Amino acid sequence: MAWERKVGKAMHFTINGKNYDADPDIRTSLLDLLREHLNLTGSKKGCDHGQCGACTVLVNGRRINSCLTLAVMHQDDEITTIEGIGTPDNLAPLQAAFVKHDGFQCGYCTPGQICSATGMLNEAKQGWPSHVSERLEGDVELTDDEIRERMSGNLCRCSAYPNIVDAIREVAEEPA
Amino acid sequence: MKTFDYSRADSPEAAVQGGAVGNTRFIAGGTNLLDLMKLQIETPERIVDISRLDLNEVEEGEDGGLRIGAMVPNADLAANPLVTARYPVLSRALLAGASGQLRNKASTGGNFLQRTRCYYFYDTAVPCNKREPGSGCPAKDGFNRIHAILGTSDDCIASHPSDMAVAMRALDAVLVTLKPDGDRRRISIHDLYRLPGDTPQIETVLEAGELITHVELPPPPVGKQSYRKVRDRASYAFALVSVAAIVAVDDGRITNASLAFGGIGPMPWREDAVEKALIGQVPGDAAFNAAADILLADAKGFGSNDFKIPLARRTLIAVLRELTGDAA
Repeated sequence: MAWERKVGKAMHFTINGKNYDADPDIRTSLLDLLREHLNLTGSKKGCDHGQCGACTVLVNGRRINSCLTLAVMHQDDEITTIEGIGTPDNLAPLQAAFVKHDGFQCGYCTPGQICSATGMLNEAKQGWPSHVSERLEGDVELTDDEIRERMSGNLCRCSAYPNIVDAIREVAEEPA
Repeated sequence: MKTFDYSRADSPEAAVQGGAVGNTRFIAGGTNLLDLMKLQIETPERIVDISRLDLNEVEEGEDGGLRIGAMVPNADLAANPLVTARYPVLSRALLAGASGQLRNKASTGGNFLQRTRCYYFYDTAVPCNKREPGSGCPAKDGFNRIHAILGTSDDCIASHPSDMAVAMRALDAVLVTLKPDGDRRRISIHDLYRLPGDTPQIETVLEAGELITHVELPPPPVGKQSYRKVRDRASYAFALVSVAAIVAVDDGRITNASLAFGGIGPMPWREDAVEKALIGQVPGDAAFNAAADILLADAKGFGSNDFKIPLARRTLIAVLRELTGDAA
């Protein structure tokens, strides 16, 4: 089989609907590709070990920790970062709700929180159960306990959690 | 991270050919492997990317069981209607583990092969027999709150971190593998893991280049199912003690019991004698305590994990009370 190292040939990525070429070292994580090679610095590096969730992005619509995957593995995927979710002039509903409910203090975890919540709302819509769901089947009602459990992979060291839950609940309750 | 050669496999056959060469690791979700590579605990020279293999189906078997592709992400398996309806203990175990992001990436096959969360295994500045065979085990006399109380050896007291594998053990899962020579074999989960003994670096019976392609579950056992996990936080934490349980009661007597335990051993733990002690008994604390006595007869604490011995007893009794309900 064909082996690659410091490939010397470009890797191709689709991020927020745009095409990007880059030539990173084979070891480069998806997070480092975004931040260090493509100047998409909205995704944040907190722990770099999948524990804090600051690096959360969407790959083919699913939320993942971009620090715990290799860029080279995602050349055929649709990647969405916080830059693709909304802009300062055109906030996504979750972004507007975080502003309205003061769902942050320093803001470092916020891009990850919003990407994670975007993926989480979609999971709930598909009826995925959680650890705190009484029933494993049927529609999901996003109670505060459900939101907290489903967002437990995103830490906020300023501890804005009550306001983060308020923001997500407001969006979850909006008619689709 | 040490550098490596990378190749994406387009078939299981190509993957095992690549995987058979020297110091090579398969990468599926990568959530554990890359974490360990960043810390240079894992330093593979070659990585075979198996994440695109067409092993993503959950299918009903002819025998009424289930056949699960090794690349099915943990999140998808937990939410699969066949699993939630017939193997709720598996859904519950998966949902009790990790975070939403990690479950979206981590694979079914990879979950079985997670490495321990022992602090000393993770700290390359100190000895660890699992990481560097023969270097010693500081955990025995050190911080061992999360460590095993059963199946330990002089060389290693690490515990296995998986929740999913505990439910799989209660459900008698069978792993289907492909070897570099093209042979397939079926490995019962009861035979997959090895006790640490004096070779704690060898954790399973899998051979070099052997790839898990599927996991098969027999039809669900008779009885109610539950997964109970005790941990330091309410979410996103490894188990101190967990119990995957399937128990049936008929006419006031326990007629079937399948019990596997997480957090207390170097592998998902199961002991036939515990279940045999319950069969035929009237549900109640007398029978439950007798079963716990058997489970914990050889349990050994190392100081800061001594609490796991009474905790395992209480967790077992709690889950048995839950599943035998009014009969208890």
